[in-house]
Amino acid sequence: MRQLIVFALKRIRGFQISEANDGVDGLKKLSADKYDLILTDINMPIMDGLKLVSMVRNDPNYKETPIIVITTEGAIEDRERALALGANEYITKPIQTMKILETVKKLMSV
Amino acid sequence: MLANLYIASYQLHSTLDFKEVLQIILEIVINLIGAEEFGVLLLDEKTNRLEPVASEGLETSELPSIDVGKGIIGESVENGENYFIDSMEGYERDFEKPIVCIPLKIKEHVIGVIAIYKLLVQKDEFTNVDYELFTLLAGHAATAVFSSRMYSDSERKLSTIQGFIDLLTK
Repeated sequence: MRQLIVFALKRIRGFQISEANDGVDGLKKLSADKYDLILTDINMPIMDGLKLVSMVRNDPNYKETPIIVITTEGAIEDRERALALGANEYITKPIQTMKILETVKKLMSV
Repeated sequence: MLANLYIASYQLHSTLDFKEVLQIILEIVINLIGAEEFGVLLLDEKTNRLEPVASEGLETSELPSIDVGKGIIGESVENGENYFIDSMEGYERDFEKPIVCIPLKIKEHVIGVIAIYKLLVQKDEFTNVDYELFTLLAGHAATAVFSSRMYSDSERKLSTIQGFIDLLTK
């Protein structure tokens, strides 16, 4: 997912993006710098996206930061779990690039 | 729709590294089409067989090699036509009978095929944008694969020639 979404966000919307390889790497990056929005998959090595969402929401620096989950997991229970843990949006693949860009724009303008 | 086609096309031509090109094809098929299990097979012109080179949702080693002209995949490659299964109702994965075959073509010369065996559970049917992506993949992915292989071959030959030159000039 990464290459396509990162490209779309950088090229079409001009965002600055920092990529992480997995949840642990993501947390390291989050503690090293300040981010306005977090995009995550669920199925990641070492630490999955749900665990990441939970840990991010427990970080006082990121209590209000928008989190978008983009995933192949289409079950309603997965969606509900992610939202209950603190994700703002849950988008299932296949993705529509414009939908993701609009969702990012909407969440960042709140 | 246009945004999906744009990023797919741009990414396919963003690299001359063969493995990266394959990875981008996998990403497009997973993320933009919504396939869960599929494979990419490339034509070995010496044997006239399609050899699996990449896959998602299953091991590449599980995919069989296929003779051009044999079975659904082989016929799709032989005639250069996309194949779509009539109905997905009751479908179970069958390496001889995929849901979709997209021959990778440069003009009318087929260099490989993408065979899809399973879609994500939330993907009920193909939409117009999917058919546009299939058309894009058929051409642009083929060109990207071909170019990256040519580049890799030429880099290897260059390295060999340089090695000989170094040997002779020492």
